Order: sequence, then structure tokens, then C-alpha cells
Amino acid sequence: MRVLLKKGAEASLYLADWHGKRVIIKKRLPKAYRPLQLDQTIRRYRTVHEPQLMHEAKRAGVPTPAIFMVDVENAAIIMEYVEGHQVKALLDTLSDEDRAELCLKIGGEIAKLHRHGIVHGDLTTSNMILNGEGTVFFVDFGLGDKTSELEAQGIDLHLLKRALQSTHFGHAEECFAAVIKGYADGVGADAEAAVCEKIREIEKRGRYVAERQLGA
Amino acid sequence: MSPARKDRLCLGIESTADDFGVGIANFYGDILANVSSSYIPASGGIHPREAARHHAEVADQVLAQALEKANIKPRELSVIAFAQGPGLGPCLRTGATVARALASYLNIPLVGVNHSVGHIEIGKLKTGAADPLTLYASGGNTMVTAYAVGRYRVFGETLDIALGNCLDVFAREAGLKPQKGLPLGASVEQLAAKGKVLVPLPYVVKGMDMSLSGLLTAAATALQKGNFSLEDVCFSLQENAFSMVTEVTERALAHTEKREVLLTGGVAANKRLQAMLAIIAEEHDAKFNVVPQAFATDNGAMIAWTGVLAYTSGLTTPLEESFVKLRWRVDKVDVPWVKQP
Repeated sequence: MRVLLKKGAEASLYLADWHGKRVIIKKRLPKAYRPLQLDQTIRRYRTVHEPQLMHEAKRAGVPTPAIFMVDVENAAIIMEYVEGHQVKALLDTLSDEDRAELCLKIGGEIAKLHRHGIVHGDLTTSNMILNGEGTVFFVDFGLGDKTSELEAQGIDLHLLKRALQSTHFGHAEECFAAVIKGYADGVGADAEAAVCEKIREIEKRGRYVAERQLGA
Repeated sequence: MSPARKDRLCLGIESTADDFGVGIANFYGDILANVSSSYIPASGGIHPREAARHHAEVADQVLAQALEKANIKPRELSVIAFAQGPGLGPCLRTGATVARALASYLNIPLVGVNHSVGHIEIGKLKTGAADPLTLYASGGNTMVTAYAVGRYRVFGETLDIALGNCLDVFAREAGLKPQKGLPLGASVEQLAAKGKVLVPLPYVVKGMDMSLSGLLTAAATALQKGNFSLEDVCFSLQENAFSMVTEVTERALAHTEKREVLLTGGVAANKRLQAMLAIIAEEHDAKFNVVPQAFATDNGAMIAWTGVLAYTSGLTTPLEESFVKLRWRVDKVDVPWVKQP
């Protein structure tokens, strides 16, 4: 039994039965727009890399689905099915209080990742699942990296800020503020100040932002 | 075809970078004129002050040509629109000065238009796309936007240099000379079509953003080392850069679930980029649209048409608020004329 759950941009997610377990099969499909050689390199790299990072994240105390099998040849990963709701669908429906609490929790989990030298690489609310017990699972580590560089951490949080601005524009500011508060609780005030300064620097870099003409 | 109506007309001035353009649009979406003059640097990239000097020198000629093309007198204009930002300061100020002078002299309203919104709106007008996910790629901008609740939201963009900038700088590094009427990027496209070997180059996608500066450096270095032909490096540069922007566009498409994709901006003329985007649009059952070449690069018509949209929504820009905005982000602009689908 295999049901297509979601046809994403990068991969298709199937809900399947695997040795009596409900699992997700994540299959990175070939991309016809890219040259074959480039496409194979990218898909192979991400298929190997993603489970490694998910495992590392788990060791850092961040909930991620358990990995059951990796099929490099077919660019497929078989992992635990997490029952819950995408934070993307949920966030704007919550009360102000619950929303702030959830964002605080998300910030705390990101702090754990960064403290353990992991950046997620694609922090959006689509890649977070809240289960019935209030645990936030992180998925989609395909663009992540093992690094403790401030630059990478800054970009990680910048991506989340932008995802909030484009998708949850009604609450973006308070959500991101709550994420940063939770993050600060996890990494400490100095590290938080450094990464926030980095985010400001990233936002001024080459792109059109009003702040740039004031500063530099 | 019946002649375009001339009862209500907007003249738009574009001068954000190397092009000085004047377009004239009526309120029904007909473009009556679209004239421009490009500053071509003797060497290197755009020098803002030199470009502004060029714009000041050609302004009266370009204006006269546009009025002649549209076959109208200045008195027949109802509104003057100008690109208020984002862009290069001296260039923007030159266009703004001409616009203010015209509006004051004719005693008609002035409308400041966001240049990026202009590229999106002319793309929609010319292709018929109603609510597209837009990839706007030019020498100064690379972003993926879509409309939601009052504004064009930015879903992805470059973290450093723009796609057109990446191709142009590489072309200059490779010693390619601009051909008359063609951007440098077009030379890269021609050479890339003859390339076969894929040179390993960085592929940097971060979420829905991409980074192109490392790719540019690596491509320039690969060329200098001399192990690969210029054609192969051009080919590899394009394949990597376009794959990256296509990947983020596809991510945004899956995320927003829009039914249309629009490619706009100067790099929209590139056939290989068009082909890549057409593939992802088809895979997501979305209709693919490309802005016609005449409206792909910076042009006055897009400013004129966006001026019409803004003006007919009740927006004007008083003289004292007509200062230029060098870094005016597209997601800071209210677009009340767009209807929520």
C-alpha cells in the first residue's frame, strides 16, 4: 500500500505500510530541468546527508522522525510517520498566547540545533510538525549542514524570518520575536546578540532593504 | 484592430539603472509608446554618475520620440509616473527630476512607482497572467514573488548578487564585449549553447533563497585555470545558476500553489532559463508565461502602466513625497489594484 501524500517541489512523500509500520517514503524525483549529471549529484548528496543530519538533530535533543532505511540508488528515505499538523496550517489559527508559546518552543529547538553544530537550511513552518502532545518535530534537513559558523546560523534564522513574513504576514513580527526569545533562552544572551547582529548584516547584503542606506 | 483610445494617458519614466526609458499607456492597457536609450560603459560596469549624465543628455530626445510615436501632445497627458526606486541614486534622481518638471509644467498628478512592481505588472498585462508566481530576474534583482493580501510577498531571493549581474560580471571577466542592443548576458547565452562539458561549480540553495557570488568566483577561476573552454564554462555557469533559481521557484510554486508562473526582467529573454521554468510549471499544472522581449529589460511602458493602476486606485505622489527610494523593497508597497483571487 502506497498513497501519495504530498508532491513537493523536491520530493514526493508517500504514506506506506512497511513491515507493519506506517511510514513515510520520501523520494527525490529526477528533475528534468537540470542536467542529468548535476541532478544525480544533488539528489544523491541530499539523500545521504538528510538522514545523517536528522540523526544528529535527534542527538541534540530535537525531535525528528526516526529513519528506517536509506536507498541511495533510488534517492529514497523511509522514515517514521509523525501524526500531527504542519505548523504552517496551524500558526495563524492559534490564540496570541498559544502562538507565542509555540514560537518560543520553536526558537528553543533551533537553539539546540545550533548549539550542536547543525543548521537546518530550510526553516519554514512547512517543515515543522506539531503532534498531539505538543512536541514540535523538524523535518526536511536536505539543505542543512554540519557547521557552527555564525554566518550559517544567521542565514538559518533569516530564512525563518522571511518565511514568516511571506506566509504569516499578519503575525510575522511577534512570531519572530518569540522565536528569538526562545532561541536566546537556549544559546544565551551573548550568542543571541551575535546572531541577531549577523541577521541584520545578511539582510543588508546586496539586497534591497531600507535599513541599508541608514547604516553604511 | 481599432486605434488605441487616447482620452486618458499616462507617461512613465524609467531611470533606475543604465536605461532611460519613456513609455505611454492609456487607461485601458494599450501601450502607445515605449522608447529607451541605454548607457553603454566604455569599460567595466555601470558607473552611476556617468549613467545619470547619459540620462540627462538623452531625456528630451527620448521624451520627444515617445510623444511622437504615440502621436500625442504633452497636454493630452493625464498623469506622469516615474520609477521612484529601487535603483541607483543619481539615475533615479535624474528621472524623478524630469517627471516632477513635467507634472508641474502640465499641472497634472505625479505617481511614484516601484520598479519591481512595474516588472510584475507589465508581465501580467502582456501575458494575461492574473495571479502568477513571478520570477523577476534582472541585473539588479532576483526574486520570487506572489501576491497575498494587499502586497507582492517575497518568497525567495538572492542572498547576494542578482542573476543578471552574475552573468554580466562573468562576461566581463571573460573579456566579452557588449554587442549593440544586447546585454552582456546574451553573449554568455550564445556561448553556453555551444558548451558540452559540465564543469563542477557550487550549487547553493538555502531554503527558497540562493547565493550566486560563490558560483561567479568559481566560474571565473575555472576559466582562468584554462582547463575548460569558455563555451563549457558559460554552459556550466548557466546550468548551475538557472538550476538554482528554478529550484527555488519550484519550491515557491509548491508552497503557494499558484496556477501561473511568470518570468519577467532582463534575464527573461534567456531561452534556456525559459525552458527550465516551463518544465516546472508543467509539472505543477501551472501555465507558464514569459514577458515579451520588448518589455523584459527596464522600460518606460511598465512604469506608465503601473502608474495607471496606481492612479486609478486613487494613489498619487505629492511633490514633497517624491524623493527617490534607493532600496524600496517590493513587499513594502501596497498594491490595492490587485484583486484577491
